[in-house]
Amino acid sequence: MRLIINGEDLEVSKAETLQELLGELCVKPERVAVEVNLSIIKKSDYDSCRLKDGDRIEIVNFVGGGM
Amino acid sequence: MEDKLIIKGIEFKSRLWVGTGKYKDFEETRKAIEASGADVVTVAVRRVNIIDRKSENLFDYIDPKKYKILPNTAGCYNVDDALRYSRLAREAGISDMIKLEVIGDEKTLFPDVIGLLKATEILAKEGFLVFPYTNDDPIIAKKLVDAGAVAVMPLAAPIGSGLGIRNPYNIKIILETVKTPVIVDAGVGTASDVAVAMELGCDAVLLNTAIAGAKDPIAMASAMKHAVIAGRLAYKAGRIPKKLYAAASSPIEGML
Repeated sequence: MRLIINGEDLEVSKAETLQELLGELCVKPERVAVEVNLSIIKKSDYDSCRLKDGDRIEIVNFVGGGM
Repeated sequence: MEDKLIIKGIEFKSRLWVGTGKYKDFEETRKAIEASGADVVTVAVRRVNIIDRKSENLFDYIDPKKYKILPNTAGCYNVDDALRYSRLAREAGISDMIKLEVIGDEKTLFPDVIGLLKATEILAKEGFLVFPYTNDDPIIAKKLVDAGAVAVMPLAAPIGSGLGIRNPYNIKIILETVKTPVIVDAGVGTASDVAVAMELGCDAVLLNTAIAGAKDPIAMASAMKHAVIAGRLAYKAGRIPKKLYAAASSPIEGML
């Protein structure tokens, strides 16, 4: 399955759900937020969120910054 | 007597709030923030590095259990982006507070107050605790509070400029105009600028570059900590009026 994750075109072999994708990318779900095709996915829905070819995914976290 | 800053039931230990950008590394960030005594730190929302997963995370150094995390919408130039970043920040699950920035242009980084007002209204209705970064304009400050902002954050001067409070009279009018706390955000350069903000009666000061860009950020963080305390004490103590001519402080009586 081909996904666009944080602007990168990536081929994902195993993951079928968002939960599995985060696992495959070694991203801990606690401190991130995720959008799939511009919709924010609640953490409790990661497991039930099924991904499909061409989905645009944004995974963000907090970084150092002031203003 | 206790003199604590409380906003919507949240008690703040320090009146100095700090940013986490522009430091040499995370270790310096950690040390400077510790020296500043701040308990609010503002952070930006950005993409996770999915290629290099070994890169360190800010929260490995700044414990969100120890500090209150104030996510910001830095870098957002329109209402839609500011809303998107705010909602993502809340979904990350650390804070309902948002330091809302809708920036007008890259050269001045002045706020687009029309966009800011729209975004404040929408986010306040969604239950966010909105802290808008705004101009030193009392009318806009009042409109932001009417739109649901829990505090207003007027700039002292352009972000990162270090010019200090350029219009203390406007800040004073804002303080008299709005009932919410007023937190000076951006533009302070050194400890005396912070003290001036606090002496005017501001409730807190948020800064980043003035510490991170100093030659010795950790020493400057400590200076800022003391400036906030000194300025607040002076405000509470009530300064003497300014006069044009001298007034001797020794008695005339008993002179030879």
